[in-house]
Amino acid sequence: MGILIRTLLLLALSGCSNSPEPKDWLYQQLGGAPGLEQLADGLLREIEQDQQIVHHFKDTDIARFRKLLIEQFCELSGGPCTYTGATMQESHTGFQITEADFDNLVEHLIKVMTEQQVPVAAQNRLLAKLAPMYRDVVYR
Amino acid sequence: MHRFLKYSAALWLLTTLPVYAAGSKVIATGGATSIEGGAGGGIVPWAVINGYGSSGQWSVTGAVSQVGVDDFTLNSRSISLSYDNKYELSLGRQQLQLDSMGGELNQQIIGLKYKIAGELLYSAMPQISIGLQHKKQLDFAIPAAVGARDDQGTDLYLAASKVWLDAIWGRNVLINATVRATKGLQTGLLGFGTGSDNGYQYVGEFSAVVLLNPQWAIGAEFKQKPDELAFAREDHWRDLFVAWFANKHLSVVAGHVDLGSIATFRNQTGYYLALESTWAF
Repeated sequence: MGILIRTLLLLALSGCSNSPEPKDWLYQQLGGAPGLEQLADGLLREIEQDQQIVHHFKDTDIARFRKLLIEQFCELSGGPCTYTGATMQESHTGFQITEADFDNLVEHLIKVMTEQQVPVAAQNRLLAKLAPMYRDVVYR
Repeated sequence: MHRFLKYSAALWLLTTLPVYAAGSKVIATGGATSIEGGAGGGIVPWAVINGYGSSGQWSVTGAVSQVGVDDFTLNSRSISLSYDNKYELSLGRQQLQLDSMGGELNQQIIGLKYKIAGELLYSAMPQISIGLQHKKQLDFAIPAAVGARDDQGTDLYLAASKVWLDAIWGRNVLINATVRATKGLQTGLLGFGTGSDNGYQYVGEFSAVVLLNPQWAIGAEFKQKPDELAFAREDHWRDLFVAWFANKHLSVVAGHVDLGSIATFRNQTGYYLALESTWAF
């Protein structure tokens, strides 16, 4: 058992030292700029077909929303961008977005990432960065 | 096995019905259904609410499971109704076949669960729920003979569940911890309370699950149990499992269980199989 644990520790340590993760690891995993554009377009397609949430976007400037979405994902994933939009809280206040609406969007994102063959680890990393926005988005 | 297959077949048929609404919750976040009915792992009730109904949505979940160990077979089936990802009502029925001794013991379980705080995936705080399980042993002759005081009892529990996204090796991890107050002897299958002790016992129950991807998970559970009966030792329960979430209507869990000593029969190990079908509207 002792040998097993030491071997595992060694593997874990060498795994870390051999491949220091680049700052833009997630950005690259998502496919860089073209990947993020596809991701945003895929997400917009899903939203368009979702009767439960599409009404939240009836007054939205879609071209601007798309640009800000790409900027935000790019910045979050360590890419060379700066998000220029409002805070999540500001941009969602008054929309009465429900837990179910939020869940739907998360499901759409997972579906689109899976379709684009984003590895599971990268999907989870992006979700981990987005999940804390829940409290700024839902029931505002 | 016959009974398990019969109910499984019925649930499977349900999944072939045309799909209307799948519910909004993310796949696998309804958990599985525990042997007591209601969302959980296999042997531990979780803070999770059954099915995929999110805010303002209902879900109905049916589940069957079978535990087969050396000298016993436990068949469980349940149906549960959830609303708003907050409230859960479950009706469960357990049949314990005494394979070596002959005979069987039946128990019915009514469960209620209410989510009081947190959100499994999104909040820093774990999702926290309180619940109760009212259990009634329908074949009390054997439990009475071995020293049980009552044929019914009510368990109370407090459960906390949380998913850590991107926790290890890029995988999501769910941890659940439950504290239960119970008078149950072998979870009530052998009755409730004894002649010498009619007080509540406090036990801890834990599950750890690694979600390999959105559809597959592996996990382990530990269920602490009281040891109140004079005639036989009662051990803690453990299991290891693999879960497959085919889609938001069907999931299958297979596992290995170690139930320790039951009613003087030692080293009760074997398999766990469960099938769940769930619908949201």
